[in-house]
Amino acid sequence: MTILKNTARSIGFAALVAGMMTTTLANAADTIKVGILHSLSGTMAISETTLKDAMLMLIEEQNKKGGLLGQQLEAVVVDPASDWPLFAEKARELLDVHKVAAVFGNWTSVSRKSVLPVFAELNGILFYPVQYEGEESQRNVFYTGAAPNQQAIPAVDYLLANEEVERWVLAGTDYVYPRTTNKILEAYLKSKGVADEDIMINYTPFGHSDWQTIVSDIKAFGSEGKKTAVVSTINGDANVPFYKELGNQGISATDIPVVAFSVGEEELAGLDTEPLVGHLAAWNYFQSVDTEENATFIETWKAFTGDENRVTNDPMEAHYIGFNMWVKAVEKAGTTDVDTVIDEIVGVAVPNLSGGYSAMMPNHHITKPVLIGEIQADGQFEIVERTNGLVAGDAWSDYLPDSAKLISDWRKPLSCGNFNVETSTCGGKGS
Amino acid sequence: MQHLIRFLIALLIVPLLLTSVSAQTDPRSLINAMAVGNLKARAAQIEALAATGDAKAVPALQALSDGALYFRKSDKQVFIAQKSGKNFDLIDPLTAENIGSFPKGSVSKVKVNNSLRRLIRSVIGTLTLLSPDPQIRIAAAQTIFKTGDPESLEALDRALVQEKASNVRSAMELARASVILKSDSTDADKIAAITLIQKGDGREGLPLLNEFAAQSDGAVAAAANKAIGEIEKTIALLDIGQTVWYGISLGSVLLLAAIGLAVTFGVMGVINMAHGEMVMLGAYTTYVVQEIIRTGYPGLFDYSLALALPLAFLVSGSCGFVMERTIIRFLYGRPLETLLATWGVSLILQQTIRTIFGSTNKEVGNPTWMSGAYELGGLTLTANRLWIVVFALFVFAALFVVLKKTGFGLQMRAVTQNRKMASSMGIRTPWVDALTFALGSGIAGIAGVALSQIANVSPNLGQNYIIDSFMVVVFGGVGNLWGTLIGALTLGVANKFLEPFAGAVLAKILILVFIILFIQKRPRGLFALKGRAVEA
Repeated sequence: MTILKNTARSIGFAALVAGMMTTTLANAADTIKVGILHSLSGTMAISETTLKDAMLMLIEEQNKKGGLLGQQLEAVVVDPASDWPLFAEKARELLDVHKVAAVFGNWTSVSRKSVLPVFAELNGILFYPVQYEGEESQRNVFYTGAAPNQQAIPAVDYLLANEEVERWVLAGTDYVYPRTTNKILEAYLKSKGVADEDIMINYTPFGHSDWQTIVSDIKAFGSEGKKTAVVSTINGDANVPFYKELGNQGISATDIPVVAFSVGEEELAGLDTEPLVGHLAAWNYFQSVDTEENATFIETWKAFTGDENRVTNDPMEAHYIGFNMWVKAVEKAGTTDVDTVIDEIVGVAVPNLSGGYSAMMPNHHITKPVLIGEIQADGQFEIVERTNGLVAGDAWSDYLPDSAKLISDWRKPLSCGNFNVETSTCGGKGS
Repeated sequence: MQHLIRFLIALLIVPLLLTSVSAQTDPRSLINAMAVGNLKARAAQIEALAATGDAKAVPALQALSDGALYFRKSDKQVFIAQKSGKNFDLIDPLTAENIGSFPKGSVSKVKVNNSLRRLIRSVIGTLTLLSPDPQIRIAAAQTIFKTGDPESLEALDRALVQEKASNVRSAMELARASVILKSDSTDADKIAAITLIQKGDGREGLPLLNEFAAQSDGAVAAAANKAIGEIEKTIALLDIGQTVWYGISLGSVLLLAAIGLAVTFGVMGVINMAHGEMVMLGAYTTYVVQEIIRTGYPGLFDYSLALALPLAFLVSGSCGFVMERTIIRFLYGRPLETLLATWGVSLILQQTIRTIFGSTNKEVGNPTWMSGAYELGGLTLTANRLWIVVFALFVFAALFVVLKKTGFGLQMRAVTQNRKMASSMGIRTPWVDALTFALGSGIAGIAGVALSQIANVSPNLGQNYIIDSFMVVVFGGVGNLWGTLIGALTLGVANKFLEPFAGAVLAKILILVFIILFIQKRPRGLFALKGRAVEA
């Protein structure tokens, strides 16, 4: 009922806007608007504010180069305040009121799920820059962060090969990303012959601060004489007390290494990293990547923020790639029209910061290298492993029976995000 | 298998070394060899260095493990580097001679990873068994105990012959037992080793015995399994003690967070939603104090918390005072408006801090006396938790004394029990209200100093504790300090006993459900106040 009411309201609203269109058309032609949908207050502000700044920097740099299609870009910043339903409202505002050409935004999966219907209904473009659980492919969304096969699986492979790990603790925060990722990892580990009793799965609430019991459980789990590692999908603030407790209980990386998927340079900034040296993280970018593009990027970032100590991180690189892809696609299409850009952007390749090119795949995920880094005493990562070549993001995991038979290809004539290859029909899981 | 690989690598690497360096046993050239090659080649380089058996190689290996080994790009010489300003001081790894300062760009780090660190740990163990410092000898024996590298058996036997200190001897004997389990000694030797490990250190020995039992069979396996059973029995007992400790520790955190609220909400009846932000202000005060000490007086770092305590009390206390004078005093007797107004204040404070300090977490360091852990008869007590328990009890006692033994405390109790009567006795009730609120807020501030040691210092710090604080005060009984103490410890221990069975998420839910049911039965909490005040 409320949905109906909302739709009715938005139709009325759209009509009203359409009426005003004729008058604002002349103004709208001056600039191309780009929407930024990141929380600037609330729990997620800690991570998302940086991404807003990164986007403002990218837009400013593009304008210095002469803008896009001869027009200047204009950033429209809204604050969804870490409130998931508000994300949908703000997305509607960006598309309906501000008429933005593309939106860059969201962090948590739940906020992304909340805006999906809005982007489908109003036909907008969303660039989503954060590593996520996969199992999704939408026509209007471009996933520039890592899918599980671009982060989680290679990290586990590294531990299997280099640390000869036999027992696994999958520890995560209790929400959709860790649960789905751990489901995929569990299936993957079992396919590698790991027994049930050698996998321990543990979930904790958001912002969990008392890790004594869990860390001592991990310690006990690791004292069975088999090499043990922790795969951590612990998100946000809870990481700091978790690592502190590890340090205090004397678990060093040489005994039980922890590989994390949500801990980057930004998160380490609030930590004394001395006891954490050697713990691992898997990303597609580290600030310590030694390339010319990255050096320029870091320099521009420090100049833009006016702070010598600001760090860069993986989701920032994802926005860098996503923004440049969009710019290139718009230039190729000669218009910011959403349908044309969606068709044109597939196959577009732009330089990433780790010294290669990332390309947009037909499933709206991108190709990236996977890097494994060890935490250093200065809060940076030292890259200890790098995949040969690029890994293409896989929307539907090959390790979950339901998803293995699905493929995604948004090119015509297939134009389907969840094509079932067994039944040859579009519309599997998640439709 | 591992030894076979090591052997093969050594076979491969030896001819390489022979061709490049004439004297391949010279430690200096072996150290310099680490300037080239990738992580995989480095394992063989470390083995080669360890094979010299020369203790002089230890500083270089230790530096490599700590990530402080660098090579000069110009001539590929390897040095230990110490940061001094923007440059590095290069130190010769063998002679410890400082050869001067070099800019960052002219040196490059010798890379290392976890498996190399493990390797280094085990070779350093063997190399330092004869060190003159007994502490280093014990550490060496302990690393060998953990790694159980059969190649160190000879070195251990040599060290045992001349070892006199009894504590070092027993550590070495344990290490020897661990090595024997991994070597091809006789069954009788192995069984003797198992008994030794079982008697020695149960928890530490468990991984060794488990691994051994899985690989062996017959009488030795039976002996190992028996020892494992014995150790596990002891551990099960210890675990109960450990859980109780964790519960007390969680309870002390709850107590700290709630004790200020016990004054403002419990005694005054003000629903102060900004209580958490007072805690946050205390934590940020600690951060500022530490920053000043770091930049100006690094020697004082261990005293930073002691300095932060009075400041945090003043900052949060005065903030509370201002709040009471400007907002809350107009809202007495209107709980809903108080709730909304203080919630608004909490948002303002959060955003102010976010604007001043930024939204990222701030690093608050642990002083050395709050890092690490103490071993107490098989229990591990982490230092920061132990100090927080002590501190929480101290704050509780101090507040108790203030309330019961001072003139101010007397006036405060008089005002809460019967405002009109107190007023007619000449007590300036508005003044007492303001000071009481300031006291409650100040205590929240010093709680913030303690919590900065275990939690994130971010603008959201307070929000994480506000619900728990109210839970404790309501459960313990509004207006009763003892109730807050007992309530906090009960909830802490109950939570920790539920966690292993139910998981952290469900444990929290169960506690909430329990409190709801409890409040139905006893609406005034554990220790209900009786008398006139209740009706007021």
